Amino acid sequence: MAKVDADLPPKGGFSFDLCRRNEMLVKKGVTLPGFRKTGTTIVGLVFQDGVVLGADTRATEGPIVADKNCEKIHYMAPNIYCCGAGTAADTEAVTDMVSSQLQLHRYSTGRESRVVTALTLLKSHLFSYQGYVSAALVLGGVDVTGPHLHTVYPHGSTDTLPFATMGSGSLAAMAVFESKYREGLTREEGINLVAEAICSGIFNDLGSGSNVDVCVITKGKTEYLRNHLLPNPRTYVSSKGYSFVKGHTEVLSTKIIPLTEKEKVEVAAEGDAMEE
Amino acid sequence: MSRRGDWVYENNGGTCVAIAGADYCVVAADTRLSTGYSIYTRDYSKICKLADKCVLASSGFQGDIKALQKNLSARHLIYQHQHNKQMSCPAMAQLLSNTLYYKRFFPYYAFNVLGGLDNEGKGCVFTYDAVGSYERVGYSSQGSGSTLIMPVLDNQLKSPSPLLLPAKDSVTPLSEMEAVDLVKDVFASATERDIYTGDKLEIVIINASGIRHEFMELRKD
Repeated sequence: MAKVDADLPPKGGFSFDLCRRNEMLVKKGVTLPGFRKTGTTIVGLVFQDGVVLGADTRATEGPIVADKNCEKIHYMAPNIYCCGAGTAADTEAVTDMVSSQLQLHRYSTGRESRVVTALTLLKSHLFSYQGYVSAALVLGGVDVTGPHLHTVYPHGSTDTLPFATMGSGSLAAMAVFESKYREGLTREEGINLVAEAICSGIFNDLGSGSNVDVCVITKGKTEYLRNHLLPNPRTYVSSKGYSFVKGHTEVLSTKIIPLTEKEKVEVAAEGDAMEE
Repeated sequence: MSRRGDWVYENNGGTCVAIAGADYCVVAADTRLSTGYSIYTRDYSKICKLADKCVLASSGFQGDIKALQKNLSARHLIYQHQHNKQMSCPAMAQLLSNTLYYKRFFPYYAFNVLGGLDNEGKGCVFTYDAVGSYERVGYSSQGSGSTLIMPVLDNQLKSPSPLLLPAKDSVTPLSEMEAVDLVKDVFASATERDIYTGDKLEIVIINASGIRHEFMELRKD
């Protein structure tokens, strides 16, 4: 019985099997590959009757743009969304995990999810991994107790704020919020301010770029405005297309090895055997 | 005494391209000056006119680039006083190489492309590393976006091997207009994927009738 237990895969959690090996390799001078970090601008604000979330759409790998139009506003529940910055895999995994826990919670309680529930699940997971799960989040939603906006840091600390920014473009975006945010913004004003803050990140932070995604959550209604603004079209398209001529690489020698039939395949004579 | 223990350089990004034709030379660079995740300015020229038929495009550390440009300009002024003529592009190329190698153990953090017309009026491009190794080529790209641009230039303008005997002409078969079009397109593409390239493209075209400047907008994100 003990052997059977050992063969069973573990129930969830991470596998740390290779940690000792990797530590040994690093000591010997091997540099491990990096992960896709999304240099990012993500923001959120509370307006008159709900919250607006915003994000840019650039994902970078060092100085290279890995994805020009990625989605950084993640679904948590029908009334809760979450913007993610940090390591792309972590933000995605952590939001997926919590969103499925929220779904199960709704099935068992039959009630709408609350933002604090999502917040607690996120922070307890992040805290238990001591900052190694590098997800910096802006969580927003409207529940039975009203609109809520929170930020979550990779180590698990959280804030409750009327307006929030995160990621490498957070300073550029916060500059806009600090100068223009006020209480009781209308829906239109909220969307415009969020878009302006994201644009500030897009143009002034090299880690952020491309388009503006917006998500508006109000009581009983959620609008996901994917590519709300497209402020960075291509500036030049060549008048003629490109032809890639054959023979650009010189062929030095050619050798053709024909495929040979090694085995004879017997085909059954009765074709009807398999038919109904 | 050099301070080689600690890192005294900064990388200010940017991309340079040069293409030599039969009777022209196109030199281009973006105008973004940045470091880390921030932009210092969107309008800084990386191209320096050293002589009537010789321009230098450089990326790397702005402080070193500026010092290098001042040094070369001063040396060119002395040359003019002594010889009563402008320095030729191949001569300037050798001078640049010597200047870079002079600082072999505390280098100028600068990646250069020198373009212009040679004594026969033919387009010439010289490409360098930071410590003065150089080569005359038909086209070249240097800087943060060079890895994205160089393969496209190789495909479109592939020049003959420099080892061939007798030596083949390295200039590209494109017309001046086609070369400028290609330069604009490769920069628009590099800007899509390199975060340190963008804002504006400065193109310098040198031919028998003199030097012409052109500008094109690039993405600003």
